[in-house]
Amino acid sequence: MYDAPKVITGIIIFLLLITSPIWYDISTGKASYVPDPKIKTTAKKCIESTAFMRANHMELLNKWRDDVVRGASRTYKAQDGKEYEKSLTNTCMNCHLSKSEFCVKCHDYAGVKQPKCWNCHNEPNLDSTLKD
Amino acid sequence: MIEYALRGTKKYWTLIFTLLAVIVIGFVAYLYQLREGLSITGMSRDVSWGLYIAQFTFLVGVAASAVMVVLPYYLHNYKEFGKLTILGEFLAVSSVVMCGLFIFVDIGQPSRVLNIILYPSPSSVFFWDFASLGGYLLLNIIIGWKTLDSERKDIAPPKWIKPLIYISIPWAISIHTVTAFIYSGLGARSFWFTAIMAPRFLASAFAAGPALLILLTLIVRKVSNFDPGKAAIQTLAKIVTYAIIINVFFVLLEIFTVFYSGIEEHIQHFKYLFVGLHGKSNLVPFMWVSVVLAITAIILLINPRTRKRENLLIFACIAVFVSIWIEKGLGMVVTGFIPSPLDEITQYMPTFPEILITIGVYGIGLLVLSILYKIVISIREQKA
Amino acid sequence: MGMDRRFFLKIAGWSGLGLNGIVKAVTNDENIATEVPKRLAMVIDMRKCREQKDCKDCMLACHRVHNVPEIKNTKHEIKWIWKEPFENAFPSQNHEYISNQEKSTPSIILCNHCDNPPCVSVCPTQATFRRDKDGIVMMDFHRCIGCRYCMVACPYGSRSFNWEEAKPYIKEINFKFPVRTKGVVEKCNFCAERIAKNQIPACVEACKEKAIIFGDLMDPDSEVRKVLSANDTIRRKPHLHTLPNVYYIM
Repeated sequence: MYDAPKVITGIIIFLLLITSPIWYDISTGKASYVPDPKIKTTAKKCIESTAFMRANHMELLNKWRDDVVRGASRTYKAQDGKEYEKSLTNTCMNCHLSKSEFCVKCHDYAGVKQPKCWNCHNEPNLDSTLKD
Repeated sequence: MIEYALRGTKKYWTLIFTLLAVIVIGFVAYLYQLREGLSITGMSRDVSWGLYIAQFTFLVGVAASAVMVVLPYYLHNYKEFGKLTILGEFLAVSSVVMCGLFIFVDIGQPSRVLNIILYPSPSSVFFWDFASLGGYLLLNIIIGWKTLDSERKDIAPPKWIKPLIYISIPWAISIHTVTAFIYSGLGARSFWFTAIMAPRFLASAFAAGPALLILLTLIVRKVSNFDPGKAAIQTLAKIVTYAIIINVFFVLLEIFTVFYSGIEEHIQHFKYLFVGLHGKSNLVPFMWVSVVLAITAIILLINPRTRKRENLLIFACIAVFVSIWIEKGLGMVVTGFIPSPLDEITQYMPTFPEILITIGVYGIGLLVLSILYKIVISIREQKA
Repeated sequence: MGMDRRFFLKIAGWSGLGLNGIVKAVTNDENIATEVPKRLAMVIDMRKCREQKDCKDCMLACHRVHNVPEIKNTKHEIKWIWKEPFENAFPSQNHEYISNQEKSTPSIILCNHCDNPPCVSVCPTQATFRRDKDGIVMMDFHRCIGCRYCMVACPYGSRSFNWEEAKPYIKEINFKFPVRTKGVVEKCNFCAERIAKNQIPACVEACKEKAIIFGDLMDPDSEVRKVLSANDTIRRKPHLHTLPNVYYIM
């Protein structure tokens, strides 16, 4: 091999760089936590089961988005038959009150890009009562 | 063939790095626009399109003008243009790249720009504009690259190039017609709502584009030993002459229709452009400069003795280009909005960041053009 | 058989592209309406409105309910419903000798929710679209790319663009309705979110003189139909054939 020392040094530097996320997280302990999203509500359960929501909340919200604005169907019938308004602020956020304490926690941990919902949709007014 | 662009003289690299510096400045200005929103431009609720869209409109014309060298050579065997077609095609590539970039920097939510492809809307002229511009870009890249590569290898271009070249001729006409349709189908805007939009666009394109091509060819001749020949330049100059005369004629036709009918709604736009409206007259000085340049250019070009003298020809080409840039790149778009549908006048002046972004995009276009032309020059010098 | 790998890959690639295109073109966003479609319209009775010189009830209600920001710089202002002098709102009706009444009192103008909307034709993403079920010209803020072609195409100047972030300019946010991000176009939506709950539009509700009448043109017994058949009404720029659905009693 020509220039063997240079090539091997280059390969070692490359391997170090490419695995840097792994040993950086291990050394600083940044990834070794379990995210704890907080739900501050007295409601007993979400509109669907946790497993369902973990897997499907993205698609559900996207479908709601199109249904409400473009399809003009505003009521969601859950798997248990109960009906809810298709609204991020008025339905979901009524229970999952704070985006930074709930949504952002898991999205940060999973490294999933922050959804842009909050550019427009409001968090509920934390001072006022939310029943309507 | 890209490797030809990676080797060059000091002058070449100075050019490249200057353009890169300009591009970086424009990019930083664009980041500022991304953060603050389009409020940093001079556009307003009444004038919702400004410098960016105007540059896009003007450059589609420059892109279409490649047909003016391709058509005579391939359809009518005008051998003199043989060496020029590649320059025209690469100018088209550079112009279409700039067109796309100007649209992009004008968009309010650029991260969503792919929605145009995800949700195709054939009722919108924008849809057809993107389709035709995209196709034209591909055509010119493929045709230019393949013919140049074949020239480099001293072989004939492959047979499948011919149909592509024949398609590119009506396609060039179509890109500018579609761009005119963006404006001419809108009943809301009486300045643009005229069938002569498309012919005017084509006439000004075939004046400004070949004028620029003449200037570029003369620059190429200066920095290399490639000489297109006097005949080719003179023919191009004649094309510019006829085109600019037709363009001025079309403008006069508009003025007759508007003023003879006495319809105030139509007259107001022309008043704004040439004498000012209710005291608002931002564009008036520019328009008269454009008129003077156009008339001067016509006088110089129509007379063969002045047309044949190269420094006068250069001046005339610059005059044509600047005159039409003012007319299309400044006057046409903004005037459609003045007065507004509610008869109010909000004037428009681009802001400094807006101008920086515009210059940045032109920098990118010139960079593409420089690289492509360098490849052409290197190959031809190598063969000579 | 004589088919080589290259040929197979080419065919597979083209089929993939082609099928994707067909699927996209065929599947439709909007639900097909199963009931009889409505045609929502408004009649604005300027005779009742005219008396209240400084009244801004309809505008304040609309802008409050929909989080419309109050931007002082008129170049960047956003307005869904506002007052415009008669000669600006109805240029074809204007002449030298119109009554003082018409000359001096402004008209209330808003999006006309046209039946033949030029804004919908020009939108490259169908972010603005006409709802079949009730004729409302809607905005999909999720899809809008902010190209402003709709603003250019609207003959009535009904549309506004968010040149900057709106939140700092909203005095009191109505948490039940989203704010808009910068870079999208907005306009009156005939209170589609209120209509969905069987409420009337905010401006109609807020007007103390009951000058704005709202209803379904397809229903012969609706108030709008009765008012239209009993009064002389005009619409803005009818010669452009946009078929606007906001009528005015002068």
